[in-house]
Amino acid sequence: MINLQEVIETNKMIEQENLDVRTITMGISLLDCADSDLKVTCDKMYKKITTLARDLVKTGEDIAKEFGIPIVNKRISVTPISLVGSACCRTPGDYVQIAKTLDRAAKEVGVNFLGGYSAIVSKGMTKSDELLICSIPKALAVTERICSSINVGSTKTGINMDAVRLMGDIIKQTAEETKEKDSLGCAKLVVLCNAPDDNPFMAGAFHGVSEADAIINVGVSGPGVVKYALEQIPDANFELLCETIKRTAFKITRVGQLVAQEASSRLGVPFGIIDLSLAPTPAIGDSVADILKCIGVEHPGAPGTTAALALLNDQVKKGGVMASSYVGGLSGAFIPVSEDQGMIDAVEAGALTIEKLEAMTCVCSVGLDMIAIPGDTPATTIAGIIADETAIGMVNQKTTAVRIIPVVGKTVGDTVQFGGLLGYAPIMPVNTFSSQRFVDRGGRIPAPIHSFKN
Amino acid sequence: MTRAIITVVGKDTVGIIAKVCTYLADNQINILDISQTIVQEFFNMMMIVDLTKSVKAFDQLSDELVKIGNDTGVQVKCQLEDIFDKMHRI
Repeated sequence: MINLQEVIETNKMIEQENLDVRTITMGISLLDCADSDLKVTCDKMYKKITTLARDLVKTGEDIAKEFGIPIVNKRISVTPISLVGSACCRTPGDYVQIAKTLDRAAKEVGVNFLGGYSAIVSKGMTKSDELLICSIPKALAVTERICSSINVGSTKTGINMDAVRLMGDIIKQTAEETKEKDSLGCAKLVVLCNAPDDNPFMAGAFHGVSEADAIINVGVSGPGVVKYALEQIPDANFELLCETIKRTAFKITRVGQLVAQEASSRLGVPFGIIDLSLAPTPAIGDSVADILKCIGVEHPGAPGTTAALALLNDQVKKGGVMASSYVGGLSGAFIPVSEDQGMIDAVEAGALTIEKLEAMTCVCSVGLDMIAIPGDTPATTIAGIIADETAIGMVNQKTTAVRIIPVVGKTVGDTVQFGGLLGYAPIMPVNTFSSQRFVDRGGRIPAPIHSFKN
Repeated sequence: MTRAIITVVGKDTVGIIAKVCTYLADNQINILDISQTIVQEFFNMMMIVDLTKSVKAFDQLSDELVKIGNDTGVQVKCQLEDIFDKMHRI
């Protein structure tokens, strides 16, 4: 039988160390909503989402109350919209209509984000993909809860450099369209390589074509819990350090597994996966950067940071995999800048640069995340950054992503407030040498060789 | 059998256990186990209870227990046992 110490330990994790379930995300296939008429497509999508997800928020709240564990977000991911809209959308404006419909559906069921305003263009773009991509700046400006993601490369296909180049422009236009809100639109737009079909986390969540009609995916979190556990063993060697992270990750993930199974059975929707992630928030103590500091670097960015992050990421997976029946999604430590107070501190202290962040993304999920850069950064430079990050994902057979915000009217030395879970960020300097000739070449980078690994 | 864990945390107060127990008895909730300790000068009490015959739904039960706690200046929580079981037992 459970004893008092165990109960105290669990409740302390929840009350003092910010343990929570970060998101229950319902994946919904909209493939059966496709029609050659735009209005019919929109009506079908609205009806399907508001029917299947009708009880999602209430169920999440019930589970949170009964088990005493906060479930921060209830969200929806849908089939990449470029597939659903291909038969009926003739202009970017048609896609914006779909975005508005999805936004209305998200509001109706009460979820805070709906992901899947997406296109998978890792090898080539269809006309439909291109229209959707061109509609993104407007779509993100006129909606509140829609998240967009574009997959521009994969280990098997190489990198679609035409799409990479185009996304440089699209990110700039999105920033411009939402300049009144510090270019907030870009915080809802991510460019991916090797995007998983079952990711529950925004902004990159979409419901891949390999998935069932509807599915429940859960993202766990808990950097504060890992940090607390490590604070108890300040001088431990690597063996004990790793064991401690593993044990803690196991406990965190078991809670996610319980919540996922409960949500799945109450909603009558199959359980998909648990995403084993350490997802920070701007709350004090809920920080991946603080864990790195506990492991022994003065600030993230100091030499040793990449190794510390590599071990953290690997131990979280080792502990988490045993705790859950199905693991998927992004599964790793997130290192967003604006959403993690420790990362913000490191940038402000001059310890952390975009180049070091890029190196760190080689060993963890996911990529250059929530980084504010000067508003006058050229589109070609942004495309260059995307190409670098995509190359890391392609060669290392992992998911990588870029979610950067060129904040219109701001430059290095300024800060930008996104609010809520998105936090705030100092504007980070970007290398000012040009990438234009490289990204303007056109075509694609071939898939890498899978032997002779060095 | 649906089991829940009720925890009471706060400054030691006369009659707090009596109040919670009376409430549980009034609602046909059987106490299976009870233990307590002092952690960092705070009173920590835990009860494992059986909700099978409870006359009230979990939601109401939980709210009313929280209220009893608030009225006496302690924190009372009611959680289904599964969360502890899953976390601490393989």
